[in-house]
Amino acid sequence: MIRRHPVEILLWIALATLPLWLGPLGGYTALGTKILIYGIAALALNLVLGFTGGLSFGHAAYFGLGAYGAGMTLKYLVPSTPLAIVVGTLAGGLAATLLGPLVMRRRGIYFAMITIAIGQLFYFIAVRWNNVTGGEDGLAGFRRQPLHFGSFVFDVQNEIKYYYLVLFCFVIAVVIMRVLLASPLGHTWVAIRENRRRALFLGLRTDLYVWAAFAISGTITALAGTLNAMLFNFTSPQDLHWILSGNFVIMIVMGGMRKFWGPLVGVTIFVVAQDYLSSLTDNWMSLIGLLFVLIVLLFPKGILGLIAPRRREVSTPRAPGIQQADAVLEEDGSPLRDSTKSLREATK
Amino acid sequence: MQLLLFNAFNGLIQGVFYALMALGLALILSLNSVINMAHGGFLVIGAYLAYTLAPYLGFWGALVVGPIGAAVIGLFVERILIRPLYKRPDPLYTLLLTFGLALIIEDLTRTIWGAQGLPFQVPAALNSPISSVLFFITGYRLLVVGITMAVMLGLYFLLRYSRLGIRIRAGTLDLETVSALGVNIYLLRALNFGLGCLLAGLAGVLAAGILGLTPPMGSSLIMPSFVAIIVGGVGSLVGSILGGLLIGVAAGITTTYYPAASEAVIYLIMLIVLVIRPRGLLGQEGLFE
Repeated sequence: MIRRHPVEILLWIALATLPLWLGPLGGYTALGTKILIYGIAALALNLVLGFTGGLSFGHAAYFGLGAYGAGMTLKYLVPSTPLAIVVGTLAGGLAATLLGPLVMRRRGIYFAMITIAIGQLFYFIAVRWNNVTGGEDGLAGFRRQPLHFGSFVFDVQNEIKYYYLVLFCFVIAVVIMRVLLASPLGHTWVAIRENRRRALFLGLRTDLYVWAAFAISGTITALAGTLNAMLFNFTSPQDLHWILSGNFVIMIVMGGMRKFWGPLVGVTIFVVAQDYLSSLTDNWMSLIGLLFVLIVLLFPKGILGLIAPRRREVSTPRAPGIQQADAVLEEDGSPLRDSTKSLREATK
Repeated sequence: MQLLLFNAFNGLIQGVFYALMALGLALILSLNSVINMAHGGFLVIGAYLAYTLAPYLGFWGALVVGPIGAAVIGLFVERILIRPLYKRPDPLYTLLLTFGLALIIEDLTRTIWGAQGLPFQVPAALNSPISSVLFFITGYRLLVVGITMAVMLGLYFLLRYSRLGIRIRAGTLDLETVSALGVNIYLLRALNFGLGCLLAGLAGVLAAGILGLTPPMGSSLIMPSFVAIIVGGVGSLVGSILGGLLIGVAAGITTTYYPAASEAVIYLIMLIVLVIRPRGLLGQEGLFE
């Protein structure tokens, strides 16, 4: 099994006890819940962005589809929290799966442009399909419902209990993503990111792997969306807007897109900063924009990228080809060593 | 029938704005390799500059100075913020940077001029309809179409025959070789970026006369412009224009029959084009694939 870094164990302890210490620090439980929800979305987006190298700028679409899926299930179908989560997640996941083939062969700029534009389709449906989605005002009039386990009732309408439901989903999402990244599938994603053409020449159907990354990432993002809708018992077209997509991307870049936990660091800072700034000044949008500019110019590798890389990376699986090259070079001290070293740095 | 014509013409006017925006975006995309998310911001700058200066310069003066102001600010932005990023090949960073700029510009516009919509006065002579049957064709709308056509023709000749234009076109194909031939590619990219912002500013002033001025006008026009580029084909300027006009008219016609779908239809057209012809109507095969 993969060894866990001590900091990661601390992280889990902190998350498990969050409702105890966030209040005294000046926060509130819903803020922690929001960080976890956005954390799920950002970690999922990073499967495409950081690990597969696909510049997806439209993930708010799947987040929002999950949110609307959950909200509409609760409002129109059945008042059941688990069912709302399942329906919303499937709705977003289905959309990502169906739209994936449109982008899976694209790269770089074109990938970004198409994902941005596709996302807007759902935004306008949500705005214009007034009588079902609530239009610009958003979808209200639903409440998350208590969970029933036989005779035992877990009333998630309580904020703290809802936090633990979200934490439970967070753990599941993290485990799934960890397992995937450690599997051959995850290694192939990294290989595609590092050198798509080479992966293609090795006989890999790179487009199918990108599709898989996009579909899985969209599904998990939709899960985050369902939780977000039930946190506020409300969802609005803003949850589908490209500005949210951009915010997800900057959170990831701010935290460090080459590290598994990078996105969560970025999300924490972003959500806390947004919460604080929007109560402080009306011009918080400018400050967020300034944050974008400063991060891009000064900290392109993100906060976790500033920490010196350790020798054994567990968070970033290395492409199998490079591992083999490492093994060969470890044996003979060929002059290629330097270039491989720089390649190795690049993959960290 | 008259209603259909009315909506189709309205759509055409919208399409003209999309086409102007898409043209500037496509220029910047192909030579600077930047997805300029702040393009809507430059449109807003052009529009509000024209609005502010119109009392002093008159409508025609503002029509000239607004776009030039947007271009000058664009040149500054390119020099200070975007140039340091050319050496990073990943388009992610310029995308995020211009995204941040878009937020800043929209927010500052709201702070300076207010969140309320402002009317942009066009000369009264231009506001009267040409005929009573075709009541929707005002002089101003004809002017919008006329100016846009003139600008596009001018751009065509610039790119086709002038030294700068030839260098820009060569640069989109192989920037390294152009640089090796002794062309200052930094200057070339800066001028190209300025040119794109000029077009955005022009679209802003022209749109202000019809739609009025609001701080989010830029962000509502930029997405259809992306669609215009994708539909027309990345790498083809003519395609961008065509794509812009096509989705504009399509949205206009949809308004006649099913107004609620007028925006969604733009994105549906894009999906259909992507399925049937992934490179876009006039795009080059294999580009960015």
